[in-house]
Amino acid sequence: MAEKDTGWDFHMFSPSPVYLMRRRVVDVVMRGLLFLAASVSVLVTLGIVYVLLSESLAFFAHVPVFEFLTDTQWTPLFAQTRYGILPLLSGTIVAAGIAMLVAVPAGTVLAIYLSEYAPPRVREVVKPLLELLEGVPTVVYGYFALLFVTPLLSTFLPVRGFNLLAPGLVMGIMILPYVTSVSEDAMRAVPRHLREGAYALGFSRLQTSLRVVVPAAFSGITAAYILGMSRAVGETMVVAIAAGQNPNLTFNPLESAATITAYIVQVSLGDVPHGSIAYQTIFAAGLVLFLITLAFNIIGFFLRRKFREVY
Amino acid sequence: MNQNLPESRTSLETEEGENLSKPFNLRAEVRRLNFWYGNFHALKEIELPIADRHVTALIGPSGCGKSTLLRCFNRMHDLYPGNRYGGEIRLFPDDSNLVELDPMLVRMRVGMVFQKPNPFPKSIFENVASGLRIRGLRKRSLLQERVEWALEQAALWDEVKDRLEASAFELSGGQQQRLCIARALAPGPELLLLDEPTSALDPIATSKVEDLICKLGKAITVVIVTHNMHQAARISDFTAFMHLGHLVEFGDTGTLFTAPKSERTSAYITGRFG
Repeated sequence: MAEKDTGWDFHMFSPSPVYLMRRRVVDVVMRGLLFLAASVSVLVTLGIVYVLLSESLAFFAHVPVFEFLTDTQWTPLFAQTRYGILPLLSGTIVAAGIAMLVAVPAGTVLAIYLSEYAPPRVREVVKPLLELLEGVPTVVYGYFALLFVTPLLSTFLPVRGFNLLAPGLVMGIMILPYVTSVSEDAMRAVPRHLREGAYALGFSRLQTSLRVVVPAAFSGITAAYILGMSRAVGETMVVAIAAGQNPNLTFNPLESAATITAYIVQVSLGDVPHGSIAYQTIFAAGLVLFLITLAFNIIGFFLRRKFREVY
Repeated sequence: MNQNLPESRTSLETEEGENLSKPFNLRAEVRRLNFWYGNFHALKEIELPIADRHVTALIGPSGCGKSTLLRCFNRMHDLYPGNRYGGEIRLFPDDSNLVELDPMLVRMRVGMVFQKPNPFPKSIFENVASGLRIRGLRKRSLLQERVEWALEQAALWDEVKDRLEASAFELSGGQQQRLCIARALAPGPELLLLDEPTSALDPIATSKVEDLICKLGKAITVVIVTHNMHQAARISDFTAFMHLGHLVEFGDTGTLFTAPKSERTSAYITGRFG
């Protein structure tokens, strides 16, 4: 009684058992629903991998793995069928390699500028612009490569209508925002006291950037390169449109060639009968692509995680 | 050894008029220094002599401007936009004004150690060598010699001599802080600034760093910011008490702690505020 008068009655606000029970039930139900939602995305991914594997197994029942990996011709759609993945791999490597030659230096320089040099106002303008570049549909980049970059290159290089150089360059521009933004995040994550330590020793801005910030953000920057590479390898529209869809075992960027992705597009759009070996080739090719990008993503994932642990 | 340093014009007298101070030469002198963070007037008309080859402590409650003042000496404020200085910090013997020189040249002459140990993500050796490398020193034997010297000065050599190529992150917090001191010492700074260098360390590491500061104070000029009055009393020769952007009182450490002239100083050191 006396307690109530002074406002110290602790029982006044104790919740009713019904309320507590209801709260517990809602909790359990919500947890179940959220778990279901999360499992859907995992299950879909597993389903895709399952289809990829099972169709590939059917393919490898007809074509020995050794032949697939070593034959230098890829002609599943011709009368004389040959199933060597190497021509598609070479096209993929050349196109993605050219893209990296563009995106790695430009992305690194841009990231250093944005993180270490740019006044906040410039950064506020440039970053959204870069993200805008990321939003351009890839088919637009494809036509840009075919109808603008190739004619431009042909004025001083012996290129024909289709080649690997133009889509490679354009893909480089395409992944540039991504490489820039991931490396810039890594550099900005370098703590302020590390930079101040460098400046306090008399480092110039460039010395601070190159000798302290970049090494400190090294694993994050490498992750940016690897994730960018993974995007370039998986990129489809640009190479399908501008590279020529012509499986060709070459490392000459001036020639036309097909990448793994471009080949898959070609077969998917064609009238290849369901269940035939030609149809199954796209799963085998897809599996190779999946394994390459998976490897890159796993390496990138670990590097990214590592750079968060340093400080 | 004795360069032509001016003598202090500041007289250090107690209330009884007795001059307790030891005569000292000036390594630097702050004259009518003002500092603004944007529109905020953080330092007001600071006057402070810095004695050559002694330890000067800056004390005062949080937000009093002691770190702000310390960071004027090596122009750290220039790294961020909107900061402005007025007045002079004279560095002797050449009598140059630190707040007007090129900040990068200032930082090459004035070393600094921070609150939190901040070794670079490099080896122990490369951390200490980094200040020498950016000054253009390339010869391996010279670097080696100087790195060893600096690590010895920082009382770290014996602990790391067998693992100079190991990452600096493998060291304990206290060792990392002594590594940062070695890094600052290697290029031979004319002035060493310490910004609460022990606040992130445990008591044992703290006492090692304090011993080191006492020893260094005999060889070079040290300015230390500390929120720990006992630390100031233990390791400094001169102490300046700051409050609300003003320098309230400067004096010989013994005198300032036993017979402060200002009521505010007395209130702070006896724990009545701050």
